[in-house]
Amino acid sequence: MNGYKSRLEPGSGELPEPDLELDCRDMRCPMPVIELARHLGDVEVGQVVGVVAHDVAARVDVPAWCRMRDQEYVGEDTADDGAPRYLVRRLS
Amino acid sequence: MSNDPARGRVDLDAASSAPLHPAAREVLQAALERGYADPRRLHGSARDARLLLDNAREATADALGVRPDEVTFTSSGTDAVHRGLLGLVRGSRRGDIVVHPSVEHSSVLHAVAWGATGRQVSVDSHGRAHDGDLVQEAAAPGVAVVALQTANHEVGTLQPVGELELPSDVPLFTDACASMGRLPLPDGWTVAAGSAHKWGGPAGVGVLLVRKGARWRNPFPGDDRIDERITGFENVPAALAAAASLQAVVAERDRVNPEQHALIDLVRDRVAREVPDVEVVGDPVDRLPHLVTFSCLYVDGEALVHELDRRGFGIASGSACTASTLAPSHVLEAMGVLTHGNVRLSLQRDTTRADVEAFCDVLPEVVRELRGRVGL
Repeated sequence: MNGYKSRLEPGSGELPEPDLELDCRDMRCPMPVIELARHLGDVEVGQVVGVVAHDVAARVDVPAWCRMRDQEYVGEDTADDGAPRYLVRRLS
Repeated sequence: MSNDPARGRVDLDAASSAPLHPAAREVLQAALERGYADPRRLHGSARDARLLLDNAREATADALGVRPDEVTFTSSGTDAVHRGLLGLVRGSRRGDIVVHPSVEHSSVLHAVAWGATGRQVSVDSHGRAHDGDLVQEAAAPGVAVVALQTANHEVGTLQPVGELELPSDVPLFTDACASMGRLPLPDGWTVAAGSAHKWGGPAGVGVLLVRKGARWRNPFPGDDRIDERITGFENVPAALAAAASLQAVVAERDRVNPEQHALIDLVRDRVAREVPDVEVVGDPVDRLPHLVTFSCLYVDGEALVHELDRRGFGIASGSACTASTLAPSHVLEAMGVLTHGNVRLSLQRDTTRADVEAFCDVLPEVVRELRGRVGL
């Protein structure tokens, strides 16, 4: 899931650039999600956090976290080095 | 407490393996004495072994409501899945495509990867495949078989096996390993597979059921044994013990299933109420009676297994860190539910309400402690 397709969400156009990027490249589950929970409050409501993680569980667990914590999962793109990046908008 | 009162340990992992059923214990002992010989030979000891093997086949057929000549004893449930599914692919005149939901057991996925072409259909948030999707895919050119488990082995959700209206030349393979013995077999399958150690028989015995008249061809090298669907020397004592256990489990299930269903309801309810940020998954009603899966946010699955084990509770986990592949459970992934901090709890036949309550009593504290270690 990289390149052209992953940068487009159906109906919402281009994915936003995150206001804060979390480097979780070397972390294993559940650490990327824990980092996300710790740092969501570092951005304002409406802003976007990008979780950069190689751990394959993050692809499932970041959207699941958003559903459980009533935050918005925006989609997946890639960081500058090509690592998967999961975008989350703070809703509350 | 069940299983091992002396050490106060509670094994809540029946879906991985159940201890030998008491009804099978004496049968196994006696069959080890009388059933060692080669059932193909014609002398007295060999005739004894043959008699025991035939008894095992008849008892298994009777317990499952099938014909004795439809029953094959394999070397494991996995072997039964591989032979059963790939034999239907080999017998197909339409092609080599296997249509299956994303949540099939890994034995099905491995068989498809080895000897067929897979076409996967998605599942809903309970992990249930939609019968219409499977039927629609089955009509495509080249489809040999539809594979659909009776129930999901990780989340317990029952699948609509009996409701599929497939083209007459597309047989249904059902992996019944998670439910065989506990639940009656559904209708509509051509080949089915089961695993004895999941119903309290010995390990190393699988059951392959091939309907009379099915277009099934042995996908592996043949042999010259009694049953042409299998190779190698028959494990007669284990097959007989598996059959005895199966009969006992079938005889008990009208009493055991409602009790276990209620105990799992209790776990689902208490876990959801008493553990914050937890996701209890799988169909809450149309499910295996003895199994539940849930995931705890911010908790390392491996640490959870170890902490519960330290307190005397044996459970399984589908979290990535507990898997040999370091990948999360493909079932949880396909359902889109949280994969970390995962617990699969499955009741043994002698698990008591006190065991279950004791587990529910310690869980919130264990989860709180593990979250505390990461400052959450």
